[in-house]
Amino acid sequence: MKGSQEKMQEVILEARNINKEFHDPVTVQVLRDITFTVNKGEFVSVIGKSGCGKSTLLYILSTMDTDYTGELYIDKELMSGRPDPELARIRNEKIGFVFQFHYLLNEFTVLRNVMLPGLKLGRFSEQEIEHRAMERLKMLGIDHLAMQSAYRVSGGEKQRVAIARALINDPHIIMGDEPTGNLDKRNSDIVFNIFKELTEEHNQTLLIVTHDTEFAENSHRIIEMEDGRIIRF
Amino acid sequence: MLLARWRQTLVAAVGVTFSIAMFITLLGFMNGLNDLLDGLILNRTPHVRLYNEIKPSEDQPVNVAGQYKDSYNFISSVKAGISRQEIYNSGPILQTVKADERVLGATPKLLAQVFYNEGTIEITGVINGIDVEEESRLFNFQDYVTAGNPIDAKNVANSIILGKGLADILVADIGDVVQVTTAQGERFSLKVVGYFQSGIQEIDKVQSYASIATTQKLLGKPANYMTDIQVKLHDLEQAPAVAREYAQLFNVDAEDIQTANAQFETGSSVRSLISYAVGITLLIVAGFGIFNILNMMIYEKMDSIAILKATGFSGRDVNLVFLLIAMSIGFFGGVVGLVFGFLFSVVIDNIPFVTAALPTITTYPVNYDVVYYVIGGIFSLITTYFAGFFPARKASRVDPVEIIRGK
Repeated sequence: MKGSQEKMQEVILEARNINKEFHDPVTVQVLRDITFTVNKGEFVSVIGKSGCGKSTLLYILSTMDTDYTGELYIDKELMSGRPDPELARIRNEKIGFVFQFHYLLNEFTVLRNVMLPGLKLGRFSEQEIEHRAMERLKMLGIDHLAMQSAYRVSGGEKQRVAIARALINDPHIIMGDEPTGNLDKRNSDIVFNIFKELTEEHNQTLLIVTHDTEFAENSHRIIEMEDGRIIRF
Repeated sequence: MLLARWRQTLVAAVGVTFSIAMFITLLGFMNGLNDLLDGLILNRTPHVRLYNEIKPSEDQPVNVAGQYKDSYNFISSVKAGISRQEIYNSGPILQTVKADERVLGATPKLLAQVFYNEGTIEITGVINGIDVEEESRLFNFQDYVTAGNPIDAKNVANSIILGKGLADILVADIGDVVQVTTAQGERFSLKVVGYFQSGIQEIDKVQSYASIATTQKLLGKPANYMTDIQVKLHDLEQAPAVAREYAQLFNVDAEDIQTANAQFETGSSVRSLISYAVGITLLIVAGFGIFNILNMMIYEKMDSIAILKATGFSGRDVNLVFLLIAMSIGFFGGVVGLVFGFLFSVVIDNIPFVTAALPTITTYPVNYDVVYYVIGGIFSLITTYFAGFFPARKASRVDPVEIIRGK
């Protein structure tokens, strides 16, 4: 995946006619007929007002939310209707996550946190996973923190650790839910630059939900949502 | 995750440790007592006793007579006829029994009813004529002779080992001579060579022991006269079958230990049942402790569970992690509990316990049977498994979307 600067027109993620309703307390349709595709190497931002359904969409795309109608393809494979353990494996292998909150496990070191999804996948030996984790920490400039406990590093650093964790299994796509939402301007810029670098130098596909219009303006492509519909892409 | 909540985890493990330790201690102590009480009777009781019961003949002459065969005969006030207490053909029977490979040993016994003369007062009693060496080997006779040497009963002519209670009544020291009168009216002087203390007061006030030869002399009987043959088997459980077989084979009465001492079996099993119930209750309480702590842990670790699920751990993996935590609490708590249980048992085993009724006992009795440790270990794992099962299932059903969106 590294090296190639060209962006091939390979579809990584495709949503077809996705509808979702919340039933509690009253039935509200939150997503209407969402259809779009994300190509390999694209840096896509999803923006919209609070409550327009952009986070809901992200969780459906991430396979964590299975309560919807329509079809979802990741890497040209249909995700809809698959059992939970299989989806868990696909998430592990093909999707990386960065959330607003870092969700690091405080009990482990930074390095161990990054290694965790790799250990679960078990594609490489533990030694090799450790080596790959160090590689990614180095790339994000936080390799000196590797042996620290996760709760001892600063907020901006934690988010970078979370990105390193998202990258450990060379996922097809990284999904972010407001990854800069909790960060100050300087750290937001660092995280944005990391995303930029990932997509330009490593041809990494990114799908980021954000409030930050400046962040979105600087990405390759913006999908804007309103009232459960896509109004711009 | 285990490390993060180490204090609560420790409390849970201590709960398991405590209950397992108490379980082991309780069972060890209870069964030690059981063994002791059973031993009081069972060790000294023959597994099969052969004897001739004095009872009326079942075939009364009128029933045997041909001419009254078809009629219904009423006979009232049937009495035992002239029958002897002696076992007929005792020598060959003893030999045959000793040759049986199921039999550990057999020894003859002779009971003599006597009166002890204490001034003008006569005290009834029983003298057991025994083969001292065999009795010591099979029924631990020497353990109950608290003063004097048991073999003196054999080596000193006309000697007797008095029951301790009886000796107190007669004020008879070792070396003194006591007067006895047999049921036939003969008077004898017997030299006291020891005291016998069984631990059961009633027995000690009545029973005395003498060599079989001395007793035969008392009764004026020949050397082959014996009223009982006591048989000890290798396997106690075979006693009823052996008793039935011998009764038929030798045409004598045979009583097995299970029939003779049924009440002891019942007492033992009830005591065991109580200690098991208490031990298991303790474990279940400890299980609830683990259940609570794991439940709390899940609420605190919602974020971690969510991210684990988001990054590709399935519900089953999460379930496994929590079960593993519960089981390791059970395992380590259990192992430490077994060690502590053993230590407590040792402590109890060393507490002095002296009672006049139990001459051979100096400390509290404890049973160290491995079975209790195995049961304790298995139960600690089973309870912690169930304590972990529901919290783990709850954790496995956590919906990561809800947690992550809630932030």
